[in-house]
Amino acid sequence: MKASREPYTAAFLWERLEELFEVEFTFLKVEGLVVALAPLDRDTQDFILGWAVRLLSTNLYISHEFTIRVVDALDRLERRVIEAWALHAADTFDRSGLRPALEVIQQVDSFLLNAHAHAEGVTFAEVEPVLSTFVCGLAGRRLTLAQGEQVYTDSETLFLPNISAQMEKAKDNFLLCKAQVAFMWAQTRFGSFRVDFATAFAQYPDREQALAAFHALDTLRLEACLERELPGLWRDMQRLERLNTPHPDLPPQGGKGQEGIPDKDSVLPSSLVGEGLGMGGRVVARLQSPDATINDVLALLPEVLGMAFPPRVYQPRLNPEAVTACMLARMGQEKILFRVKLAELAKELGKGKEETPPNLPLSGEEQEKLPPEFEAREAQQGEGMELVLEDKPIAPPEDVKQLMTSIMLDWGEIPPEFLVPAGDGEYDPALYQKEEKDVEDVWKGVYHEEGAFLYSEWDHARQHYRKNWCVLREIEMTAGDPAYVEGVQEKYQGLVKHLRRTFEAMRDENRLLKRQAQGDDVDIDALVEALADSRDGSEMSDKLFQQMHRADRNLAVMLMVDMSGSTKGWINEAEREALVMLCEVLETLGDRYAIYGFSGIGRKRCEIYHIKRFDERYDAATKARIAGIVPKDYTRMGVAIRHLSQKLNEVEAKTRLLITLSDGKPEDYFDIYNTQYGIEDTRQALFEARRTGIHPFCITIDRRGKDYLPHMYGHANWVEIDDVKKLPLKVADIYRRLTT
Amino acid sequence: MENVASRRNSHNALIHDPSSYLIEKEPYYVAVGDEITLFEAAYASRLPVLLKGPTGCGKTRFMEYMAWKLQRPMVTVSCHDDLTTSDLVGRYLVKGGETVWVDGPLTRAVRSGGICYLDEIVEARKDTMVVIHPLADDRRIMPIEKLGQLLEAPDSFCLAISYNPGYQSVLKELKQSTRQRFVAIEFDYPKADLERRIIMHETGLDEALASKLLKLADMTRNLKGNGLEEGASTRLLAHAGKLIARGVEPRVACQGAVALALTDDSDMIAAINELIGALF
Repeated sequence: MKASREPYTAAFLWERLEELFEVEFTFLKVEGLVVALAPLDRDTQDFILGWAVRLLSTNLYISHEFTIRVVDALDRLERRVIEAWALHAADTFDRSGLRPALEVIQQVDSFLLNAHAHAEGVTFAEVEPVLSTFVCGLAGRRLTLAQGEQVYTDSETLFLPNISAQMEKAKDNFLLCKAQVAFMWAQTRFGSFRVDFATAFAQYPDREQALAAFHALDTLRLEACLERELPGLWRDMQRLERLNTPHPDLPPQGGKGQEGIPDKDSVLPSSLVGEGLGMGGRVVARLQSPDATINDVLALLPEVLGMAFPPRVYQPRLNPEAVTACMLARMGQEKILFRVKLAELAKELGKGKEETPPNLPLSGEEQEKLPPEFEAREAQQGEGMELVLEDKPIAPPEDVKQLMTSIMLDWGEIPPEFLVPAGDGEYDPALYQKEEKDVEDVWKGVYHEEGAFLYSEWDHARQHYRKNWCVLREIEMTAGDPAYVEGVQEKYQGLVKHLRRTFEAMRDENRLLKRQAQGDDVDIDALVEALADSRDGSEMSDKLFQQMHRADRNLAVMLMVDMSGSTKGWINEAEREALVMLCEVLETLGDRYAIYGFSGIGRKRCEIYHIKRFDERYDAATKARIAGIVPKDYTRMGVAIRHLSQKLNEVEAKTRLLITLSDGKPEDYFDIYNTQYGIEDTRQALFEARRTGIHPFCITIDRRGKDYLPHMYGHANWVEIDDVKKLPLKVADIYRRLTT
Repeated sequence: MENVASRRNSHNALIHDPSSYLIEKEPYYVAVGDEITLFEAAYASRLPVLLKGPTGCGKTRFMEYMAWKLQRPMVTVSCHDDLTTSDLVGRYLVKGGETVWVDGPLTRAVRSGGICYLDEIVEARKDTMVVIHPLADDRRIMPIEKLGQLLEAPDSFCLAISYNPGYQSVLKELKQSTRQRFVAIEFDYPKADLERRIIMHETGLDEALASKLLKLADMTRNLKGNGLEEGASTRLLAHAGKLIARGVEPRVACQGAVALALTDDSDMIAAINELIGALF
């Protein structure tokens, strides 16, 4: 039967929207919406209603505001971009709450002003993976990309808008982002920020005007730098500029224009060109010379003050406050860090000072002799600086090299005071070491997410991820009774022996296969027999070779143990005993394995307990940690699966198994996770794991497991054990079936 | 004059016998450090040599150069994880109802007093490599159990192995008992000036284009550890350069010879393509 594609009637829309927005309680108006939606075709109506429903699961008001604006936006933008906009609003809601999210929705008005009509916009999520690698390939400080309302950089992070739609074509919008990124890179690379923004503009009565002129002149300088460094990109940048402001003298697009100076002049700020070859030409020539620095820009500033500077399409905003704040913090930090690193280097090279008793007075001469003399000079082979200690160049480790690059970018040189290694105890280690915060402290004081792992979670109603939704920490398991494992082994003495025998037999070993049709070597016995056969007149066998069969189980197993409160008592006991049995088996087989427990309360407190890493041995400490497994809080499974599959994927193995020992449904403390949401998220996390080549399997003792486990794990990938006490007995058997 | 160790088949392909073929034409090799002196000294002292370095930095070219310089035949074995001891030493084959012994490449190199070069040695299984141990210490002998022979290497024999320490897999480490028998020579990508000269020589490009290729190499080397296992090697640059010299558009040449050759990750390829696009 063919579905009717007739547009919805106004009456139907009225009813549907009233129902969606719960008008009875919220008193929201739907009248305008009905008027706007009714004339649209069915397909568009479905698109809008679909998104309204998806956003409803986030927030009713966001959904309502979105629906009000979407009809207008549909005229101007592709659907793909609209979707990105809606998701961005939902993300903003997750991150910062209703007000900022509503702003995102409402800002579409101002956003649409900038956007090209029917633009094929590109979203930040689309350009970020490529451009963050792109900027990493360009030399210099490691820069990161982030979403911001405007295009600017603070000298460490490059901010790009969520959606770029200034150009008509998606390709050009991407190029625009690339040009913006390269331009901001050039700002850090060619010292645009080697200016004291606080004082440099004090002499000008109108600071804003001076900053604008400064930025415009610096743009000319940077463009020349980019033309020299990245000629291909420069061509693209010129083309973008032409697309943006069609120049009367040039073909509208695609044309290369003339080579050389005339072409270059055509994209100069018109005010400067207007001056003809007089002052403007001189200014431009000076800025474009390869040795032009930011000081030239400052020197030329008074000459162009007050002119109008039409901005380039790819020109980012200048944000002196952000730059100054970021640089101040970094420059102080890096000085300390560099001097401390030099001291470490000196010590490694054996040039450190002799141990002197701290209270012994030193003569002045002695004191001067003490610090080893580092020097930084131009590398002989052309690239960058090299570090010299007592006239011998030394190869600094990668992190010190990075540090040197960063210092060079900020200062233009390595200032002499940086080259004095830090004395013992000169700096408080807290100043340069990343503070090791105690995971337990997190919950005592103000919440912070530093050092934790952030994972996205699947929202099935939104049909999209909630970004960085779960905060997960790895916690060391408190050791339990070291004698526990021996106790269990004793208790199951017979079973342990039986298991060892069974699995011993399973263990594949290197062995010589005789009488093979192909192989590394002649099987002399077979050959002698075959020759005898042939003399005898019987048929000669062709199985004359022997081959070394090499055993490679090449298996890695991740055991994920439920430590929720519901495992209290028998279940916990059974889990621990089952782990002991499994470890026996795995040790016999020689498979690589790791064990982690998981628990937590709420999305901000997900916990993974370390019991055994892949590279750890099954020793007393591990055994004590197994004994230490205790019931904790809840089971937010998705995030645990994501974290552990990541760990599992770091291991090189042909087959990767993720086995969950669980006692029930995913659930969390008074949370949406207890609903279908939790099951869907777990399912999604398992999908993700499977996509990376992991085989998930679940062993449960929940009798209602069959209601949800097939949906999550798939039909054959789970097993229910009806009697908790049998868990230790069965688990090894299950493992055997799984891996043979 | 045709080399005795070589002949041509019906398709005009040249067939060399590696255990007697001598390289006639000097391979192009520019010394980066004192590796040539070191190798010569090790050779004269009958010490085996271990070459370390990232892929495509000139290890194999260096070996060819040394084989030419010392005028010794060179037998190269590319190691892989199915390589067995018999593959190296030799094996009995069945021929007309009789068993016939056939020397493996290592044995052939020892018998002919040439150079045996085991390329990418870590790819071979550790137990296989134990077979080179008696050859690699002062005994310089090779027991061939199946023949009941004890082959003593002539003075002109030389064993060289190479590996790339950049692989981070624990499975691909060299056993201490193996590595401690060798004189090690470390290779890295040549310094910028030298690399430019090499590229210009290998491809015939002018200095400006060669410099751009070098810049691209630097960019990809910046990405090492940030999604790329290795940056572009000198060899890849030479490939790209050769394509460009043939008239291929530089962007296209670099995409094929560098971006796609380096990785399969689509975002990474896109990013490298953007870098190429920015340069050319």
